[in-house]
Amino acid sequence: MTVVRVSNQVYGWLLFFPAAVMFFLFTHYPILATLKASFFSTPRGARPARFVGLENYRVMFDDPVFWKVLGNNFIFAAGTIPLSIGLALLMAVWVNGKLSGRSIVRTAYFTPTVLPMIAVANIWLFFYTPQIGLLDGLTGLLGFPSRNWLGEPSTVMSCLIVMTIWKEAGFFMIFYLAALQSISPELQDAGRIEGAGRWYFFRRVTWPLLMPTTVFILFNAVINAFKLVDHLFIMTKGGPNNASSLLLYYIYEVAFSFWDTAYASTLTMALLAVLAVLALSQFVYLERRTHYQ
Amino acid sequence: MRLIATAVVFCLLLMTSTSALAQNVNLTMYYPVAVGGPITKIIDEMIADFQKDNPGITVQAVYAGNYDDTRTKALAALNAGEPVQLSVLFSIDVFDLMDQDVIVPFDDLVATDEEREWLRSFYPALMQNSTVDGKVYGIPFQRSTIVMYYNKDAFRDAGLDPESPPATWDEMVQASKKLTKRDASGNVTQWGVHVPSSGYPYWMFQAFAMQNNQVLMSGDGTEVYFDHPAVVESLEFWRDLSHAHDVMPRGVIDWGTLRQKFLEGSTAMMWHTTGNLTPVRNEARFDFGVAMLPAKQRRGSPTGGGNFYVFKNASAEEQKAALQFIRWMTSPERAADWSIATGYVGVRQDAYATPALSEYVEGFSAAAVARDQLEYATAEFSTFETARVKKFLDDAIQSVLTGQAQPAQALQGAQAAAERVLRAYK
Repeated sequence: MTVVRVSNQVYGWLLFFPAAVMFFLFTHYPILATLKASFFSTPRGARPARFVGLENYRVMFDDPVFWKVLGNNFIFAAGTIPLSIGLALLMAVWVNGKLSGRSIVRTAYFTPTVLPMIAVANIWLFFYTPQIGLLDGLTGLLGFPSRNWLGEPSTVMSCLIVMTIWKEAGFFMIFYLAALQSISPELQDAGRIEGAGRWYFFRRVTWPLLMPTTVFILFNAVINAFKLVDHLFIMTKGGPNNASSLLLYYIYEVAFSFWDTAYASTLTMALLAVLAVLALSQFVYLERRTHYQ
Repeated sequence: MRLIATAVVFCLLLMTSTSALAQNVNLTMYYPVAVGGPITKIIDEMIADFQKDNPGITVQAVYAGNYDDTRTKALAALNAGEPVQLSVLFSIDVFDLMDQDVIVPFDDLVATDEEREWLRSFYPALMQNSTVDGKVYGIPFQRSTIVMYYNKDAFRDAGLDPESPPATWDEMVQASKKLTKRDASGNVTQWGVHVPSSGYPYWMFQAFAMQNNQVLMSGDGTEVYFDHPAVVESLEFWRDLSHAHDVMPRGVIDWGTLRQKFLEGSTAMMWHTTGNLTPVRNEARFDFGVAMLPAKQRRGSPTGGGNFYVFKNASAEEQKAALQFIRWMTSPERAADWSIATGYVGVRQDAYATPALSEYVEGFSAAAVARDQLEYATAEFSTFETARVKKFLDDAIQSVLTGQAQPAQALQGAQAAAERVLRAYK
């Protein structure tokens, strides 16, 4: 009996082993290595890395660019997440209904998602170009003067947020659409018999049933808000004067343009900490309020 | 047991004998593409020609993105112990590559008088970014200067002489005022001039500063002069083009879309790299001209672009082969072909004496402007930790152009930040 149990256990562990190794090698080891690197100086040529303790963290707390990009990142998240999720829900409800040419509308909404980010950035770069761009063409028709959309600190972040919402909403719509289709039509019938209005039915039945999907989408949206940087390479390079730079872009710059791997590791730890706090608060807060079927 | 030992010895013998027989040297080179056009195809053809001429050497050229990506990939490959013997990298990376201890000076590689002669055959302005402490670390390859493209049709419409583009700052402002057109409600339909300020603001700014007779950094890469009065004055002038004279839009002007704006006629003049010459020539639907940048105290433009570097970890034999390859790639005929195909400057005087390039320049005089301007050219901005130091300058320039800061105050901030970084290298 015990022999069987032990051999079962060994068997189980053996099955688990390859996945565990991969998980450790590609997830946990890099985090530990990054943490270690953040306590050392950057090695250069003949000068090897030496232990500097919390020096890199002190530099980070004194670095105005770090605070600027961190703030930018929260603005970017606050601007993109609620709007793209709301828009996704709206589009999903719309294309879930019976309308003619439904699959064409669905495809149209989903198209931005399948385009590579670099291509999207190149297209929108020309939308935003003063004078010859699409946006200036439209505002020009209404009699507004030409604006330097990506060249002014006051407008650049909003421009990136609008583009990101356009890109993200279609992706989230797919999840909502799937969730909507799994809601039993009997509930709709029962609601109708009980005399529930459309809005009441949505608020009291559909929305609660969509909660698990919303939680899933929210997690993805938060992660995306912190990992989306491709467009910055094409559109602004973080400018003007860091007005559109985000944390991950700054990490790339420090690591690969400045070749300061130690400081980049420190910034990466900050990014990990931010994401961990956000994930934890989401779990603690949302899990309690979400009803899973 | 003895059998195994014999087999091992036999194999070892076999390996040594074959390696002694094989004279083939394999070289791997990373290179960037930073302008339009079929650059990778041109490079591949050049290498095929080289291998035909030099049967003992195989060159594998790896396209690795823009300048930053290429440096990243080359350094990562070296760190990982992969065989990379040479690369084309940003000319301004020289101090960082020395700091990383990965490149060898060409003075150590050349052996014969002929080779030493070759080292001296390039334009001196292009060698400024290559030479540190009297030693040559990089060989000019894809090099450029900033030139001023202008729309001759717009000049005619504004009553300006299309054959005499502005030669001084004042003339440029005066011409720009005539060239700036507004519609009935006061919106601008055509600007006088555009100087791009995204991507490489420090590069354009170097031109302004040089024209005001002040360089931005010392030759040894340990000092910067951002807060010099002439430099502050240069930034004031750049800002005033939009904020006082109203001949250029406010805020940051995008590097990437500027060529299109010029081609669409929404600006009459633009400052841009000569590397854009061939695309502009192919796409312009109007009569355009190319001029040297205007002068304040003097004319001036920084050089730009990429150099060949040879890495330390290559064997002596590989370094010799790399030298042979680089000499072949920079021979007058090759330099001429390369310049015609891309718009880059022919890197040496005798390239312009070749039949191909002299004929090309005769039929298309704009192709000679970048070369003629080399006489007034200065090294591109390069210091230790150059990317970080020039970011301080980029941010200062952009904060002034967007009206967030005053030139003197912004440049003093950049100077202080740069000095903090450079202190370690004095």
